[in-house]
Amino acid sequence: MVVNGSESAVPAHEVSIHVQKRLPGAGNGGTPFQLDVRFTIAAGFTILFGTSGAGKTTVLDCIAGLQKPNSGRISVDNVTLFDSAKGIDLPACRRHIGYLFQTLALFPHMTVRQNIDYGLSALDRRERDGRTSQIAESFGISGLCDRRPSAISGGERQRVALARALVTRPCALLLDEPLTALDAVTKTRILEDLRRWNDRHAVPILYVTHQREEVYALGNRVMVLEAGKLIADGTPHQVLTRPQFESVAQLAGFENIVEGSVVASHPEQGTMTCRITGTSVCLEVPLSRVDTERPVRVGVRAGDILVATSPPQGLSARNVIAGSIVSLRQQDVTVIAEVDCGTTFVVHLTPGARNSLGLKVGTQLWLVAKTYSCHILQ
Amino acid sequence: MILQALSLTLRLAVLVSVILMAIGLPLGYWLASSRCRWKFVVEAIVSLPIVLPPTVLGFYVLVAIGPLSPLGRWYHSITGGSLAFTFRGLVLGSILYSLPFAVQPIAASFASVDRKLLEASSTLGASRWRTFWRIVFPLGFPGVLTGFVLSFAHTLGEFGVVLMIGGNIPGATQTVSILIYDQVQSLNYAIANRTALLLLLLCFGLLTLLYGLRRRGRWVLWGW
Repeated sequence: MVVNGSESAVPAHEVSIHVQKRLPGAGNGGTPFQLDVRFTIAAGFTILFGTSGAGKTTVLDCIAGLQKPNSGRISVDNVTLFDSAKGIDLPACRRHIGYLFQTLALFPHMTVRQNIDYGLSALDRRERDGRTSQIAESFGISGLCDRRPSAISGGERQRVALARALVTRPCALLLDEPLTALDAVTKTRILEDLRRWNDRHAVPILYVTHQREEVYALGNRVMVLEAGKLIADGTPHQVLTRPQFESVAQLAGFENIVEGSVVASHPEQGTMTCRITGTSVCLEVPLSRVDTERPVRVGVRAGDILVATSPPQGLSARNVIAGSIVSLRQQDVTVIAEVDCGTTFVVHLTPGARNSLGLKVGTQLWLVAKTYSCHILQ
Repeated sequence: MILQALSLTLRLAVLVSVILMAIGLPLGYWLASSRCRWKFVVEAIVSLPIVLPPTVLGFYVLVAIGPLSPLGRWYHSITGGSLAFTFRGLVLGSILYSLPFAVQPIAASFASVDRKLLEASSTLGASRWRTFWRIVFPLGFPGVLTGFVLSFAHTLGEFGVVLMIGGNIPGATQTVSILIYDQVQSLNYAIANRTALLLLLLCFGLLTLLYGLRRRGRWVLWGW
């Protein structure tokens, strides 16, 4: 790893992390707990998921060198950044790790261009200008270079912050819920840009979030952090199918997950149409990526689906699917119906709804789901 | 006589406020960012000159630079002279006396700079030195300006410390405020009035300039 910034760092293949640190606990009067995690991340996205106060940001801060673990070891390929046993603690400015904060922390007194080339001070002017222009181009912010951060939109600020972190060609990238405040379309576009950048540079990216949708949208791999411990680690699908812990269950809240492919996208309406594999059933779902023809998984919560016994009319909901009940059982106060529409959907009803509609196995009915009840998982 | 006192006072004020910047910037940065557990002691020491009567401060400085103290002996062994009743002694006393007026605004404005900006700077490879000059200093500049002008103006107007340390030697230690006192003692009200008016206008002009500049904050801050 080159740390003086005069040359680009070699992308890391692997970042290995072992961190132990006592945390005071969230808020006032939170019970202190021990953060103790050990994992390795490779090039590509790794999601670190957990509720707030689980210690996610502390993990990132320790890797970046902004907080000091009580003990442990952090290394990038064969360069040790921190090792409590050997007394190694490289200062943050020499670790060459990109870090995008939740608050972005753009320098308010500098223009967009000055913000971006801040980390390139060791380069000569021509090289610096070249790299700055290039990254501004690829993140679509070339036109903003002379503006100050206060004069651009939220989505543009995210792009500037991302460009500022990436222009130094860090050997790994840490993202702390950077897109939480954005609308879905803007968020998707930025993620696509980041993905495209990483197709070329292939650095390990550790992405912290507590938003379920982002886990599915990004994840090659997801790790779940709860009260300072990693309690699950795998692909979103693996983690999802074994919801033995509270926060994993929160991740897994979709009873219906169907495979499909995008057949048309309507960016102007913020939606796209996708056909469920092996059926002629099409769902209208929120726009989540610009390119079509890619396989997607759609998640729908069983409680978000309405049931009608005659073809409904005058509805705002865009998805109306005909089917018939194949099974019906009651669990506690929830009636669970399985409806065959070419693919099987699970629907949750109240006993009152079942009785008044006279539902039984074989009943013909129509399922109704709003566009925004359909979540793109992958 | 007035001009001699005025030029001496201005020289003293410029020298003291420049030296105070050299002390105030690092000290203010340290006070703003340190997590040292004894920081409060340093804060208390820095603030002492605000509450102490100038005569108390002047008396102890005089004792400290006198020929019997280690400091006075050390200074004598190097230069062959004494600090007491000299211009240099005056500079030393004024630095101590005006210290809080330089350090406190600087420390306050540095402390108000968002910590996240400093962290972002360091993850982008900037040393503490570079982070200070590129982030902390420009964003805290209004406080630095305030510290500079306040210590300058405060030195212009000081009396007690100067009287204790400097005596009243025209051309060496007689500042404007001492001159006024001197003239009043000798019942020369006309000269005292002119001198006092001059000092009043000078201080008023300086403070007007300071607050005027601060109103145009963004320009002062980021226009250079």
